[in-house]
Amino acid sequence: MNISRQDVLRVAELANLELTEGEIETYASQLASILSFCEKLNDLDTANVEPLAQVLEAGAGTRPSQQDVMAAQHLRPDSPRDAKVIADVVRHAPDAVEAPVPYFRVPKVIDRGNEG
Amino acid sequence: MTAAPTSAGWTVSSIRSALEARKVSARELTRDFYARIEAENPRLNAFLALSPERAYAQADAIDAKVARGEPLPPLAGVPVAIKDVLSTRGTETTAGSKILQGYVPPYDATALERLDRAGAIFLGKTNCDEFAMGSSNENSAYGPVHNPVDLDRVPGGSSGGSAAAVAAGLAVITLGTDTGGSIRQPGALCGVPALMPTYGRVSRYGLIAFASSLDRIGPFARTVEDVARIMEVIAGRDPLDATSAGHPVPSYTAQLNEPVKGLRLGIPAEYFGEGLDPAVREKVERGVARLAEMGCVPAPIAMRHTAYAIPTYYLVATAEASSNLARFDGVRYGLRVPGGTLGEMYRKTRGQGFGAEVKRRIMLGTYALSAGYYDAYYLKAQKVRALIKSDFDRAFEQVDLILTPTSPVTAFKLGERTADPLAMYLADIYTVTGSLAGVTGISVPCGKVCGRLPVGLQIIGPHFEEGRVLRLARAFEAAGGFDL
Repeated sequence: MNISRQDVLRVAELANLELTEGEIETYASQLASILSFCEKLNDLDTANVEPLAQVLEAGAGTRPSQQDVMAAQHLRPDSPRDAKVIADVVRHAPDAVEAPVPYFRVPKVIDRGNEG
Repeated sequence: MTAAPTSAGWTVSSIRSALEARKVSARELTRDFYARIEAENPRLNAFLALSPERAYAQADAIDAKVARGEPLPPLAGVPVAIKDVLSTRGTETTAGSKILQGYVPPYDATALERLDRAGAIFLGKTNCDEFAMGSSNENSAYGPVHNPVDLDRVPGGSSGGSAAAVAAGLAVITLGTDTGGSIRQPGALCGVPALMPTYGRVSRYGLIAFASSLDRIGPFARTVEDVARIMEVIAGRDPLDATSAGHPVPSYTAQLNEPVKGLRLGIPAEYFGEGLDPAVREKVERGVARLAEMGCVPAPIAMRHTAYAIPTYYLVATAEASSNLARFDGVRYGLRVPGGTLGEMYRKTRGQGFGAEVKRRIMLGTYALSAGYYDAYYLKAQKVRALIKSDFDRAFEQVDLILTPTSPVTAFKLGERTADPLAMYLADIYTVTGSLAGVTGISVPCGKVCGRLPVGLQIIGPHFEEGRVLRLARAFEAAGGFDL
């Protein structure tokens, strides 16, 4: 298994990570060795196996028979409630405006060509 | 003051009796524990933040109840500490990462809220591997925790601070989290009982997510009874976590002393093979023999996909982590490294804010989910996960519980394994299986190697059978198994 410099840069871009030259080299060799180790999974024939994303069924432990699907899946009505945390959240943000309307401030995202 | 000279001997029930008999006040207890933390933490580094205002306010509320002769809540006056990946209102929560330095959550995790309501005294936050990613606590951005049994050795990870705090008597109970072994393995290496509950048994609301299909919150304590008492408080359905299970929470303490005679204990050969330290094997085998003397029935079982668990775990967990950790971008909380554009700000913040292991796992997970590789890695791992879970389903048709070593080795030296990430991953070889299957498991002490380094015995039970797991653990403790 070989992981090229280009592979590392492509993944780092997808993950929004700025890496140093040293990290690019280290991760190329470490990812290669970890992924080679993972190829062991190919020893197993899984053609007829359903992938498992979650060990418990939604609504485990409830009795869905007399409940609707929403209750069985522990869903609640999509109605807003006031968490009363906005001021707290904004106060601890790296760069935010508290009043009159609270918002987070970020570098400009328009007029930057292909950046964003 | 009539409190015990060291805080190490307290349990939930001894604190309760002492409070009721007015032999100690909750305020005195709190002061004693903070004094002990102040004395011991400089060499252990188990605590990252303390919350004395909140602790003393709670202590005074408990003392007022005692003074008025009111009934005390179940964990009245019990000093607890919480792993730093759990959100704590008003107390800095960093997840062991630089990227969250200075972050103060506006709310409590449900698990803490329940401890709080039960009268526990929240002392502070315990150190851990960054975002719970590690097996030695050496990935914390705030320095490693030192194992109280030997300061040159790791406490295990990722909940190393929580394990060390209980082992050193700096808290009576702590909460940790377990994604691939992060409660059980440090429990084993520090020599304290440590329970991973069934997936969904304890609400994850307020937990800074690592791998959402695997993450569990669970307790460390000095005694199995205390583990059971904590579970009665923190387990149960929470409307704020849609994956929390609605199964009724039984009285775990009521089941503790039920007989264990006749329990069938599966011993999987796959957990006793290459890589297992012979000294650990010897202790675990003696532990199994002790249980057999007590009338339990050990039986060999096969769990044939065990060897595939580490690669499966590291693909599933890193894929989920790469998605969960996308939220740390310098916009809403913690660190921001300025950049000329939004994209540059994201990349610099994440590049400088995350540590080496976290970036490695984000890279691995992103790769496993990326176009062209998804089927070969992530989907394949999810299929093998199904096979690993079916190993457990089949085993539990034949046996009541499964017994294995918790960790293949005892506490290793700081720095010994940091050079090779793959070698570190193999420390989780006996714990990731149960994580992938969603079952419950406890690590209990099972003697010491060289009279010093603790060995952990892992007792694994089916989904929602914490009561059975705790019952065997309690019987083992009562029979002197912890000191084999």
